[in-house]
Amino acid sequence: MSQIFHRSTNTISRLSIYGGVFIIAGLSFALYAIGRSPYYTDVNVAKMQPVPFSHRHHAGELGLDCRYCHTSVENSSFAGLPPTQTCMTCHSQIWVTSPMLEPVRASYRDDKSIAWTRVNALPDFVYFNHSIHISKGIGCTTCHGPIADMPLTYRANTLQMGWCLECHRQPEKYVRPRDKVFDPWYQPPSDQLALGRLLVKEYKIQSLTNCDTCHR
Amino acid sequence: MEPESLPPTANASELHEILEPGHTFGSVTDKIASIVLRRRTKRGWIAGFLIGLSLLMLLNVAVCYLFAVGVGIWGIRIPVAWGFAIVNFVWWIGIGHAGTLISAILLLLRQKWRTSINRFAEAMTLFAVSCAGLFPILHLGRPWLAYWLFPYFPNYMGTWPQFRSPLVWDVFAVSTYATVSLLFWFVGLIPDLATLRDRAKSRVKKVIYGMFAMGWRGSAVHWSRYETASLLLAGLATPLVVSVHTVVSFDFAVAMVPGWHTTIFPPYFVAGAIYSGFAMVMTLAIPIRKYYELEDFITLRHLDNMAKVMLATGLIVAYGYMTETFMAFYSGNQFDRYAIINRMTGPYAILYWSLIACNIAIPQSLWSRRVRRNIPALFVLSLIINVGMWLERFVIVVISLSRDFIPSAWGMYYPTRWDWATYVGTIGLFLTLLFLFIRYLPVISISEMRSLVEEVDAEGGK
Amino acid sequence: MSDLRNADEMMEPGKNNGASHAQPHDERPEMAPPGLGPRLDLGAIRSTLAESNGTRFWQGLEELARTPQSEQFLHHEFPHDPEKDPVGLDRRDVLKLMGASAALAGLSACTKLPTERIVPYVRPPEEVIPGKPLFYATSMPLGGAAAGLLVESNMGRPTKVEGNPQHPGSLGATDIFSQASVLGLYDPDRAQVVMHEGRISDWAAFVASMSNALNDFKGAQGAGLSLLTETVLSPTLGSQIRALLAQYPNAKWHQYEPCNRDSAREGGRLAFGHYVNTVYRFDQADVIFSLDADFLSNGPGHVRYAREFTERRRVTGPKSDMNRLYVAESALSTTGAMADHRLPVRAGDVEAVARAISAAVERSGAAGGDSLPEKVSPAWIEAAARDLSAHRGASLVIAGEHQPAIVHSLVHALNLALGNVGKTVLYTDPLEAEPVNETESLAQLVSDIRAGSVRLLLILSGNPVYSAPAELDFANQLLRVPQRVHLGLYNDETAELCHWHIPEAHFLESWSDTRAYDGTVGIVQPLIAPLYDGKSAHEILGVLLGQSGQSAHDVVRAYWRAQHPAKETDKDFEKFWEVTLHNGWMQGSAFVAKPPMVHGGASGSDSAAAAAVVAPPGKSSGLELVFRPDPTTFDGRFANNGWLQELPKPINHLTWDNPAHVSPATAQKLGLSNGDMLKLTSEGRSMQVAAWVAPGHADGAVTVFLGYGRRRAGRVGNGAGFNAYVLRGAGSAWISNDLRLERTGARYDLAATQIHHLIDREGHQVEEESVEAFNRDLVRIANLDEFRKNPNFAKDSSEKSENISMYPGFPSPGYAWGMSIDLNNCIGCNACVVACQAENNIAVVGKHEVIAGREMHWIRVDTYFRGDMDNPETYSEPMPCMQCENAPCEVVCPVGATVHSPEGLNVMVYNRCVGTRYCSNNCPYKVRRFNFKLYSDWTTASMFGLRNPNVTVRSRGVMEKCTYCVQRINAAKIESEKADRPVRDGEIVTACQAVCPGQAIVFGNVNDPNSRVSKLKAQSRNYALLAELNTRPRTTYLARLTNPNPEMPKA
Repeated sequence: MSQIFHRSTNTISRLSIYGGVFIIAGLSFALYAIGRSPYYTDVNVAKMQPVPFSHRHHAGELGLDCRYCHTSVENSSFAGLPPTQTCMTCHSQIWVTSPMLEPVRASYRDDKSIAWTRVNALPDFVYFNHSIHISKGIGCTTCHGPIADMPLTYRANTLQMGWCLECHRQPEKYVRPRDKVFDPWYQPPSDQLALGRLLVKEYKIQSLTNCDTCHR
Repeated sequence: MEPESLPPTANASELHEILEPGHTFGSVTDKIASIVLRRRTKRGWIAGFLIGLSLLMLLNVAVCYLFAVGVGIWGIRIPVAWGFAIVNFVWWIGIGHAGTLISAILLLLRQKWRTSINRFAEAMTLFAVSCAGLFPILHLGRPWLAYWLFPYFPNYMGTWPQFRSPLVWDVFAVSTYATVSLLFWFVGLIPDLATLRDRAKSRVKKVIYGMFAMGWRGSAVHWSRYETASLLLAGLATPLVVSVHTVVSFDFAVAMVPGWHTTIFPPYFVAGAIYSGFAMVMTLAIPIRKYYELEDFITLRHLDNMAKVMLATGLIVAYGYMTETFMAFYSGNQFDRYAIINRMTGPYAILYWSLIACNIAIPQSLWSRRVRRNIPALFVLSLIINVGMWLERFVIVVISLSRDFIPSAWGMYYPTRWDWATYVGTIGLFLTLLFLFIRYLPVISISEMRSLVEEVDAEGGK
Repeated sequence: MSDLRNADEMMEPGKNNGASHAQPHDERPEMAPPGLGPRLDLGAIRSTLAESNGTRFWQGLEELARTPQSEQFLHHEFPHDPEKDPVGLDRRDVLKLMGASAALAGLSACTKLPTERIVPYVRPPEEVIPGKPLFYATSMPLGGAAAGLLVESNMGRPTKVEGNPQHPGSLGATDIFSQASVLGLYDPDRAQVVMHEGRISDWAAFVASMSNALNDFKGAQGAGLSLLTETVLSPTLGSQIRALLAQYPNAKWHQYEPCNRDSAREGGRLAFGHYVNTVYRFDQADVIFSLDADFLSNGPGHVRYAREFTERRRVTGPKSDMNRLYVAESALSTTGAMADHRLPVRAGDVEAVARAISAAVERSGAAGGDSLPEKVSPAWIEAAARDLSAHRGASLVIAGEHQPAIVHSLVHALNLALGNVGKTVLYTDPLEAEPVNETESLAQLVSDIRAGSVRLLLILSGNPVYSAPAELDFANQLLRVPQRVHLGLYNDETAELCHWHIPEAHFLESWSDTRAYDGTVGIVQPLIAPLYDGKSAHEILGVLLGQSGQSAHDVVRAYWRAQHPAKETDKDFEKFWEVTLHNGWMQGSAFVAKPPMVHGGASGSDSAAAAAVVAPPGKSSGLELVFRPDPTTFDGRFANNGWLQELPKPINHLTWDNPAHVSPATAQKLGLSNGDMLKLTSEGRSMQVAAWVAPGHADGAVTVFLGYGRRRAGRVGNGAGFNAYVLRGAGSAWISNDLRLERTGARYDLAATQIHHLIDREGHQVEEESVEAFNRDLVRIANLDEFRKNPNFAKDSSEKSENISMYPGFPSPGYAWGMSIDLNNCIGCNACVVACQAENNIAVVGKHEVIAGREMHWIRVDTYFRGDMDNPETYSEPMPCMQCENAPCEVVCPVGATVHSPEGLNVMVYNRCVGTRYCSNNCPYKVRRFNFKLYSDWTTASMFGLRNPNVTVRSRGVMEKCTYCVQRINAAKIESEKADRPVRDGEIVTACQAVCPGQAIVFGNVNDPNSRVSKLKAQSRNYALLAELNTRPRTTYLARLTNPNPEMPKA
């Protein structure tokens, strides 16, 4: 009686059996890639803001201290976003007519807050506290990246749990002297590890990796 | 065990008991294949299938509502946080065991009489396991995160399952079990699929059966590979018969709830599993052989043997209950003692005693050969035992939880209509799969029956 | 996995205005919604309002905002209970379903966080540091006295109430009502707009119409103008009203509260000829005799009294001493549960007991058995009397608020005779601005109305239509008044019948002042600007006085400026005012105790005689009907407060209902069991109510609780329970001897969080659970003598010191958190339960879910009875998570969602939990709670303001539990780390510890041998629950001690 299948079927079936393995592997890698891609993590994606505020200009070129605007970063969980008033301290004198700054003036005029778009966002079940990281010698740029070099602000790191743990597991890799915390140009020295170990001792830095450090 | 152990030589009478004489290769093949290849589907089949399907739809509704609202639609509560879901899970897993036992262990032991029942016993295993497999996922508060129980990739959190938890062991035990059962069943099917391929009239059937037959030509090489494959798989499956339900029993034995925390659990869970499994095989075999006139292949001898196995495992289970009770008092642990007393006299006592009746008292009638060879009696018994084994799981899960250490936290569990819907629904799933199997695959292994025929003739020729 | 969102995570400080005690604030804060749920768009609402031009009835801002959720809420009593709504698939569920299926498809790792906005201030308010809470002192007036509070404000949102440690009435603790008050503030069912004849109107219109109306009264000197207020404690309001009465001499001022203190007031007048306020000094009392007085959880100063009382029961070792408490009461109360000797008597027979006692004290011993009710052994009375006489000046007799005046006067006399006055009992001026007999006052008003002499009636807060004595037929009379104005928090039964309804400002929204139990003045200062433009009574009075411009703040401040010696400069006053506001109470404003002005200046004994002149009551036959304010909804004003509705009532653990209590014996006689529907008929009025068999209740009496059966309470309170006011007469406000009881044959589902099976054991009724509990040594008890003989009675032979475990133990090198609960000081008031609920964003699940056994409270207070149910010993045992060192829950969790922290916390990671519930099964203490459905309210926008920003709001399918307030621990640790110092002992206070009136709960570092908790755990009474399981709990108990009178005859 006649053959149902063409003889090529043998090859095909064999191939598909072997191929299956690679297909599965490929898929999971694709998934991994997506999870790491800017599309998902928002890393290096500059967000549109009501006012195109430039950290490069203010923090970098003018050299304003971070704390001039982010006032509560040293004593609160929330670094704090400057009230319009803060902007107006300068911009009531300079660039008073610049159309770019109209939203700011408007906000001050009719007492309506500016709604900034959040750049560095954590899930709501994560309880991050700026002040303790500052006081333990973790610099702004360690997490927020080359902020003084950002015309428009973008997220510099994934802020995924794995990323947090890197530092929480071995802080000595990232810690810097307290007086350098707010230095946007700080570059870790070549002997970072040695320095780090010293600072970890000096600042009594614990490597806290138990869940309740961040989750409640 | 080494498969090369000498097979117990089957004498003529025995052979005649497991396969009525006068059958030729052709007759056997015709008989069995016809069920699949016949033109018109029998009415009874359609009716049965529809019943199964409608119950399956009920499951569908129940599951949708469950995902929409949450496990709160069930009767579970604090302290009884596990209810029907886990009861059914253990029950279904247990039922599966008979299939593996018959096809694996009895194969290694060269028990001829297994041949005619092993095929659908295996199928039953597969379907039971898939029913069971649903529950661990359904009963989760957040089922869409079930994959967290596996060590998976990609994982951006650097997190792992917690390997001290019996539930994680379950995940591996059950998934392994499902995989091996599937392979075993499929490998066994290959020659028959080929037969069907060759006998099928329509092109479509040819192609479909052909694809699954994987180019089986029945050459000597094929047969020898086939033999080794099934032996190997049998070897793999054998430890599973013991291990899977042992692991399942750990879900309870490892916990400290009075009534759960006992070392006797693994053995008597396994025994119980086989007990319920054979009961289920019986429940299925009796109607099928009648309806499809397979009395020649599934003979009284088969039923008699299965009944004996049931009697044996039933006694082991009974022993388990006794030990449990004895230990509770002997250990002097007041919590265990109270748990047992509560089972016997508490608000759920009625269930406990009906469990004793179904699993221990009534099955003792199997001692009598007359009962063992009385088909209606066996059928009723098998049903009773199925119920009994379900009750056993209910007694263990619910009664123990409803009254544990702190009296102020005691509470009663009452199943809701959704509990029942989910349970009945899985029965629907089981039936649906079973009927599809009966219609589209040979319920009895043609190839193995042929080899039997050979032996019978050989005996007859002497 | 981002499906757990903390409803509070939004950064919208700009819109929330923190109260700053320096100045009042009138910008209206918008509720800032989080990244989920409907945004409450006030703009849209205003436009909707404009369109509807006030012709439509509407219930809440949500309705106007027209969110599907609001639709759902408007039609369901229990929003999250699909059983009421079998289809149950609303928009959210469908979304969840889709989300779920998408996730099941393995995509959940790819869900992105939604874009959030950060909205900073335009001009930052002083003192507010974004992300840091501020505390403001204020006072909450309730039940005839004020509680001093410190209220936590997060970004301008009051989120948590604590007691004010400096305040004499609080000493840092609060009761359940103060704790739950913050929920009342955000209640979406509060009245939100001015209503005029059922249409939306506004304040200006009201002011206008009032000034017109008042013109008519000018001529008649205000004849026909009547004012109905609740008990006025506020000196400022008092003076305003007096000013009004000065302007309109013929105007009338009535006061009425359903649960008023008339009998106490009248008792004082009976004894001394004038109203007095009685202040007790439990810290000075060795022997206390309570005549139906629940002084631990009722009446002015009960929080303070609870502290003083328990301090005298604090035992540090065999040498310490304890006070002794005798209680004669009808229904088993928390006070009765603490008694060393308890005598169940019908409320009507308490007078007889009082007489017997005083007689016995008079002639020291030999009780006047003549008038004693049967079943009360004279020996008992004599023993108690001897004990009292033996402690002259150090004993204390106290009469219940609900007892008739005569009993109070007898008690005054008795205290005089015992020389307690000036020592344990002090008399001061009354707290009220104008003490009156409120029942008479209301009756007067009604008769005025009948006479047609009331033309304009202003009801300033209170809900008389619901709560007035039935026989006054208030509702119908009210309708005869031509002009009716109602000021109230809710558009309630009374508002319904009034022409004008003005939304009242919650006490957290408004300025006022009030007095504590000892007269100490507390300033009520707002934490937030009125959410719904509510007005306070001060402002209404301002309108009547023609000073409508004045804000409440101005009025209050002006009043106290006037009280201040004129010579002082404004600057001095400024300072004084600052200090007062900062402390929350006024230095040296407490009334000075004065020796009571007795009739005709005669001695105490005469006044006792004077009291005795009133003939003893004829023995009441048949059933007795007793009214009580409900333990959790009080007089009904808290009926719409979910926390209080679901709070288990002390001892019986009932929620959501107010069944009538009867004693086990009476129940047997009448063939009643829990949940039988009864028809009670008294003085021609009748009601239907479910029955509850209450151990320790006096035989032949039925106790019904007021405060339920509301018609217009709101989505929570509507239809819950039974309205007992319909039975209540004016003459028989608390006790009625005319009661007929019959079973209707119907049954009723009651939701109790702890089941009590009463079973027969050799002829005695006992409680199955309790019997088992004592077999298992869950509660360990001894009396003082036994304890002195064997200080280690509570120690457990099977308790193992060394850690036996397959797994290595958890070393806690740094801090090791632990808790000690002193059962001797726990009065079982349940304040800890509400406090925990408020602190940890714990959801309310509704009656049906409670019946299903799914209440969410992280800490519960178990009750166990010992002995015969006719008069059992009652023991309370608070049960938070034990934080086991060998935690059974941890090993069984398949995903590691519950893990052990190095500091010994048994941490629960909500976002990791998949909900197998295995941990709960394996928890021997059953302290874990599971979100079987979506219980947290993610849809009612106004509720988002309530949330504690530091605690995750749990979602469906997640296990949750007590973690010793880990958010507080972390906050304290961070501060200490920054200051480079260790956490100080007592720096971290858990919510349950802070609120506890008895100071029974102490939390701290057990690694530090000098910490309070270590010292307590070192005591010989210390024991661990179920220690034989080797769970090594970090929470341990100090065994309960009793101090019975050795001379007392054995019952």
